[in-house]
Amino acid sequence: MSIFVPSRKEQRERMLEVIGVERFQDLLTPIPEDVRLRKDLDLPPPVSELELRKEFREFAKRNTAADLICFRGAGAYDHFIPAAIDNILTRSEFFTAYTPYQAEVSQGTLQAIYEYQTMIARLTGCDAANACMYDGSSAAAEAALMAIRVTGKKRILSAGSLNPRTIDVMHTYLDNSDFSINEVPFLENGLLDLSAAGKLAEGGAAALVIQYPSYFGLIEDLEAAAELIHGQGGLLVVVADPVALGSLEAPGHAGADIVVGEGQPMGVPMSYGGPYVGFMATSMDHIRQMPGRIVGRTEDRAGNTGYVLTLQTREQHIKRAKATSNICSNQALMALANAVYLSLTGEVGFAEVSRQCWHKSHYLFHRLIEIDGVEPVFDAPFFREFVVKLPVPAEDAEKALLKEGFLSGLPIPGLGSGAMLLTATEKRTRGEMDLFVDALSSFIKGVK
Amino acid sequence: MSSIPEDLRYTETHEWVKKEGDAFIVGLTDHAQHEMGEIVMAELPEAGSELTMGDAAGGLEAVKTAEDFYAPMDGEVIEVNGELEGNPALINESPYGEGWLFKMKASDDSQFDGLLSADDYKAHIGE
Amino acid sequence: MEKTIFRHSCPGNTGVALPELDVPETSIPGKYSRKAPIGLPQVTENQVLRHFVRLSTKNFNIEKGVYPLGSCTMKYNPRMNEYLARTENLAAVHPLSPDETVQGSLEIMHRLGGFLCEITGFDSATLQPAAGAQGEFTGLMLIKKWQQERGQGHRNEVLMPDSSHGTNPATSTLAGLKVVSVKSDEHGRVDVEDLRKKAGEKTCAFMLTNPNTLGIFEGSIREITSIVHDAGGLNYMDGANMNAMMGIARPGDMGFDVCHLNLHKTFSTPHGGGGPGAGPVCCRDFLAPFLPASGVRKTPEGYQLLDKSGKSMGRLLAFHGNVGVLYRAYAYIRLLGREGIEEVSQVALINANYLKARLKPYYEVPNDDGPCMHEFVASGAAMAKKGVKTLDIAKRLLDYGFHAPTIYFPLIVKEALMIEPTETESLESLDEFVDAMIAIAEESEEKPHLVTDAPVNTPVLRLDEVKAVKDLALVEELEG
Repeated sequence: MSIFVPSRKEQRERMLEVIGVERFQDLLTPIPEDVRLRKDLDLPPPVSELELRKEFREFAKRNTAADLICFRGAGAYDHFIPAAIDNILTRSEFFTAYTPYQAEVSQGTLQAIYEYQTMIARLTGCDAANACMYDGSSAAAEAALMAIRVTGKKRILSAGSLNPRTIDVMHTYLDNSDFSINEVPFLENGLLDLSAAGKLAEGGAAALVIQYPSYFGLIEDLEAAAELIHGQGGLLVVVADPVALGSLEAPGHAGADIVVGEGQPMGVPMSYGGPYVGFMATSMDHIRQMPGRIVGRTEDRAGNTGYVLTLQTREQHIKRAKATSNICSNQALMALANAVYLSLTGEVGFAEVSRQCWHKSHYLFHRLIEIDGVEPVFDAPFFREFVVKLPVPAEDAEKALLKEGFLSGLPIPGLGSGAMLLTATEKRTRGEMDLFVDALSSFIKGVK
Repeated sequence: MSSIPEDLRYTETHEWVKKEGDAFIVGLTDHAQHEMGEIVMAELPEAGSELTMGDAAGGLEAVKTAEDFYAPMDGEVIEVNGELEGNPALINESPYGEGWLFKMKASDDSQFDGLLSADDYKAHIGE
Repeated sequence: MEKTIFRHSCPGNTGVALPELDVPETSIPGKYSRKAPIGLPQVTENQVLRHFVRLSTKNFNIEKGVYPLGSCTMKYNPRMNEYLARTENLAAVHPLSPDETVQGSLEIMHRLGGFLCEITGFDSATLQPAAGAQGEFTGLMLIKKWQQERGQGHRNEVLMPDSSHGTNPATSTLAGLKVVSVKSDEHGRVDVEDLRKKAGEKTCAFMLTNPNTLGIFEGSIREITSIVHDAGGLNYMDGANMNAMMGIARPGDMGFDVCHLNLHKTFSTPHGGGGPGAGPVCCRDFLAPFLPASGVRKTPEGYQLLDKSGKSMGRLLAFHGNVGVLYRAYAYIRLLGREGIEEVSQVALINANYLKARLKPYYEVPNDDGPCMHEFVASGAAMAKKGVKTLDIAKRLLDYGFHAPTIYFPLIVKEALMIEPTETESLESLDEFVDAMIAIAEESEEKPHLVTDAPVNTPVLRLDEVKAVKDLALVEELEG
């Protein structure tokens, strides 16, 4: 007897009578006997909330990662999340509502998304943004497909310094059709090899996709990249870290045509990988090729301002096989979290988060390379994340640091056995960083 | 009841065709524009493009619908209605006049005679 | 009208105070730094709360009233699931944490996959797809990879009925496959003869929602799936309507090879105003090698997260799926247990058939030749003679305090009103909904302007969607 099903035996019987059948089984007549389930489902018996809380406490105990001091990024970041965000997100009016197709009773969601779109557009330096995508990686893949639609070209150039997971997702989305992805190598300093990109772009390409800052945390020269790909009739797609955009020039102001990224750093818990939210922004020139939902401002019959989903003919429920994407459900509640986060931090606070990430990651970097044998891998400017080479295998250091209560940076075997990608957000204190450096330092000494 | 002029020919896909000199003008019927609602975008074929009867020649979008329109005959597009780019609602306001879609030169004029008459079309849409 | 958050700005205000910077500063090279302010709001925490809470009051939601959106399964979202998913140690772990430090998350995921396989009658599951559409993409990719492996890569057609969800054809395009539409017969079921004609050596897959989008069970399902198998294709079930089937029948026993589930429908995870959902995919064992990254395996040493392997279709998202949504679905199945899960579908069927019986004297129900499953499609076509469209009926329902049903879908029914009450509505609330629908039918007859003028009891009157497209205003202009 479920505590969420209000009708009891007597009501059900009354309903069956109105329907004109004697028993529930009579409703199953359209289902042929040979496909009916002839056994009970093998599921555990029900438990009470009280028991389930205990069960979840046991699960939680075995998630020891939550107690670690985190120096790992690589696509998900341990930023501070103000309590007020969850207070908004747990309002039933927001989290139990459906997609705002009935606009007159969905103005809360619609206006919030409109404000989110505005914040994303301003942050990225673009004209407009959509109501969100699944995550940063799928947004990058959708941006590549969008560039193919806009330009009519079928080849994508992707920076070798993209997060490898983003490259994977791009392949998953693009390899099914006659589209190709060419990887552009990076230089010894870690930055994109623009002359190699120039050669690869010859003959035309739909887009050059670069990450900003790159997977290695490095700040790419967007203007040069834009000039290069525009010269070949392609678009510049930038996969941007939103926190970096609090300090760094907006990609849209540096020539980017489509800017996408992962919204998790803006008020969304790491939650072992999801739900996250991808953002996507572009210029009005390309808006009809944008995937996903878009909210627009309009008026009601009395001339009052209101908001609706607009440009819906791009979407699957209308254009079906010719839609710009198959996306339907998105990550709207997480986009709301982004909007509340950007409102709470605001112009002043968001810049401060960004600034502290810059200074703390640089402090950590400088402390680490003071350790005997630890060296920088690249010498280009970085934001929040960087790669160093340890004189010991990075996996060994990772294990040793885990025992000391740290989630170390991520080993990057592709850059050598000692290579580790580390981050320090505004949450890391000087004390934590010093302890981490000491622990690593003594591990290295011990090995030697 | 929608307007279905007697002097035009029609397709099952709701295009009308009018013979004008040695060319044919193609547009969307009043019935179809009414079903679609206000048209907000018209994607027209390029002048000079070759069409085969029954192939999609372009697309129209209203707020909640997107429909292709089709070539009623084989032939070449010789002119498109440039006014529609800035004002696609002309299709609603004047489906048989200023809201025409494109003009074509047919490779086989006899195909025109095979199109639906006004009465056939009336029956087709059940009016 | 509510001012936007930007209009509450007062220069210098912020809603977050960080600790003082405790490390030395290193200068940011001017070449890279942002030249102009971003244009974010400058407001305090209490202003932010007041703004968003005021916005929230303009939304309809599950607790306000019946939400009979067909195909969307708007059921109650248990509060304890929200509480449990927010458990600190589950919410605060990095996705690239070593397996031994996330055994709790991995065990939940592993057990949930097992539950879903049992409910659908399949062997393996992936939890990575973020939503139904990504689940469909996964399913088609598994089939495509399987066809390629057995030397049938030339099969490039996906068959689907003309009543299918828009995501089905859109997903086929994304998977590089061509859509071939199969007709519905006069009862709204798959036209088996048309399917027989169209299934052949180019058939890669057949996609079907069962019960279908009219809420009708495809009685010839065995024959349908056999036709596709005999032609060399595989059968994909769109599991959007699984709320009708739990404990009653399983796609795995109907001849399907793979299906997705919408956890945000059948398994009560909240819709969030459009997402996040989750679209796990369950399949037969011969398709398992092609599953995407991020599976969970139980080993003697503990639970292990699998990355993409040789034959895998790849990665759908950067990480392991909408894990927070998975926690909620797991909690839901645990709370209900076997009996509760079976009761869900039983009552969903009773509620839908009850509404159909009560509304039928007032609204035409095309294709009605027996019991429906968890939903049914009525038509507002009869009201058209008074100039009342289905859209008007939908808007008038808002005035009566109900959400509207899904309208104008499926496309094969004129003026469609697709109604799905779900099991979490009481008889009392169903009757109230019926009363409102009857009142609207009468108004359409006697005072049609009340219906065509609707809604009037909502935060805004009917909104101009044409203007929204013609005068695109997608962002707020910069103030000042």
